[in-house]
Amino acid sequence: MTTAAEHIDPALRAEALASLLIERGLVDQATMETFIKTYEQSVGPMNGAKVVAKAWTDPGYAERLLADGTAAIAELGFKGPQGEHIVVLRDTPEVHHVVVCTLCSCYPWPVLGLPPSWYKDPSYRSRIVREPRAVLAEFGLDLGDDVEIRVFDSSSEVRYMVLPLRPAGTDGLSEEELAALVTRDSMVGVAEVAAP
Amino acid sequence: MSGSGGRADPAYLLDSSGPAAPPRDNGELVFAAPWESRAFGLALALNEAGLIDWEDFRRALIREIGDWEAAHPSGEGWSYYECWLGALERTASARGLVDPRALAGRAALLAARPAGHDHERHGHDGHDGHDGHDGHEHDMHNESPHHP
Repeated sequence: MTTAAEHIDPALRAEALASLLIERGLVDQATMETFIKTYEQSVGPMNGAKVVAKAWTDPGYAERLLADGTAAIAELGFKGPQGEHIVVLRDTPEVHHVVVCTLCSCYPWPVLGLPPSWYKDPSYRSRIVREPRAVLAEFGLDLGDDVEIRVFDSSSEVRYMVLPLRPAGTDGLSEEELAALVTRDSMVGVAEVAAP
Repeated sequence: MSGSGGRADPAYLLDSSGPAAPPRDNGELVFAAPWESRAFGLALALNEAGLIDWEDFRRALIREIGDWEAAHPSGEGWSYYECWLGALERTASARGLVDPRALAGRAALLAARPAGHDHERHGHDGHDGHDGHDGHEHDMHNESPHHP
């Protein structure tokens, strides 16, 4: 693909590829649009936020989630592409987890949707492994020196999601209220969940 | 996401509004341009149809990204979806779903459209020496200028 790839506008390449495949009857526009709409509008971090809130409020669920992420996540109805092997990493006051895909962009779509651009960026993918503390500080997350940082590299075999610490002062909140606090970044591990 | 994984399963199409829905994209668009979403939708549709294997595609994506990074140590000009598109072209070609020459030829045809184009009227006259020229794949004829 290299000659085409280097000289032709990607918009034209994508259109060319789509038109040839559609003409051959190999894909249809409606199917493509369904996938696009799904990931633009329906699948995203609000799914993971519900998983996190349930794990915070239901110890039995938390246990199942840590034992078999994919199955426990499917209990809430979240499944689909890139969700076959999700492993959940539980933060503790002593250990903070952060997730990357060093080779490409593996990411647990059913719970987080498609990855943000920084997750796919060459700089994040290389630096978070070499200097996690500095990169997290750039995200605004300053962890004490007593907190161990563990970096997990997602792949096609395993896609990681972080179960962040429940913020203090949230005892009275419902599961729904808790879910509203949980951000995408906290489930990738580049942020903590802030109290309301 | 090989095999049964790649389906638009309604079970995971969930209500995205409502009080329990935090900002999904943190202010960032999922796709920065229509062609990015097109490249994304194509890959998922081909996978769902069983025409590509997702692991093949992923390996091609890793290679595209690795090649790009090796050639651009500064990181300037990075486009994730260009790598995605390159990987998809590679995978689809390897599977015989498209001919690379037809692809290049079609892209050249599309590039030659004038503003407010009607591309049915345009052929490859006036193009110089792109690969698609020699190819004359049957696909090309759909946009051939030789129809009435």
